[in-house]
Amino acid sequence: MPIPDRIERTIDLAQPPQRVWEALTSAEGLGGWFGNRATVDLRPGGTAYVEWDDGDHKATLTISVVEPPVRFAWTWGIQGLPATDPRRTYVEFTLAPNGGGTRLTVVESGFAQVPDELLGTAYHGNVEGWRKELAELADYLHAAA
Amino acid sequence: MPRPDPEAVAEAVFAALAEPTRRSILSALAARGPATATDLAGLVPISRQAITKHLELLAAAGLVLAEPGERRRIRFRVNAAPMAIAQSYLAALAQDWDSKLARLQRALDAPAPRPGAAAPDPAVPGS
Repeated sequence: MPIPDRIERTIDLAQPPQRVWEALTSAEGLGGWFGNRATVDLRPGGTAYVEWDDGDHKATLTISVVEPPVRFAWTWGIQGLPATDPRRTYVEFTLAPNGGGTRLTVVESGFAQVPDELLGTAYHGNVEGWRKELAELADYLHAAA
Repeated sequence: MPRPDPEAVAEAVFAALAEPTRRSILSALAARGPATATDLAGLVPISRQAITKHLELLAAAGLVLAEPGERRRIRFRVNAAPMAIAQSYLAALAQDWDSKLARLQRALDAPAPRPGAAAPDPAVPGS
């Protein structure tokens, strides 16, 4: 099965878009349901920092879309990868009025992106090289046995 | 060289990790740094011939690199790039938006603060 590139979820909330928007974009909101603490510079190009209490886990969100109360998006690094890894996923929330409430859709995409330089180094040890080394190693071990 | 397929790289990582001896070899190299097959034979309870066979497989998958040393003392070290590719697969599985959205729903459904109650100003960073 291929690496899933895109995660999509839709949830119906009882609250109107304006309230959902505040929960998604305010420091109190992001520091409440998403993390344990947050600061938010709410503008395209702004940065939000989110912290979790479990073991020093932190995330830096680069905000890319602020269209209240309809669309909010950020990019962030892939959890578990070193901070130096260039890969980032794109998270986009879309809010649609739904009766008196809100239909919220979140899409996170970009998991399957793999930079060419990383793929190149995945097979860095050129095949000829290691075949030769291992053949020599086998000889050596055989001789030593 | 054709561009390797990320899925094939991830598959090689998971296949390597599915076998206990190869896990032990990779763990030893990750924990202690580059090592020769002889070093590894002292750490993993199998014959050097069996270790060589596993190293060959790991090298073919790009998971270890062979470094020629003096007097044919070839050292092997972990190559991190395939792991980083496999991690993006795990990251997609571990992202867990279901739990995050359930927490959002609970937060929104919690009783709202009374009108007029002092609320921190969301415009002030760090508040």
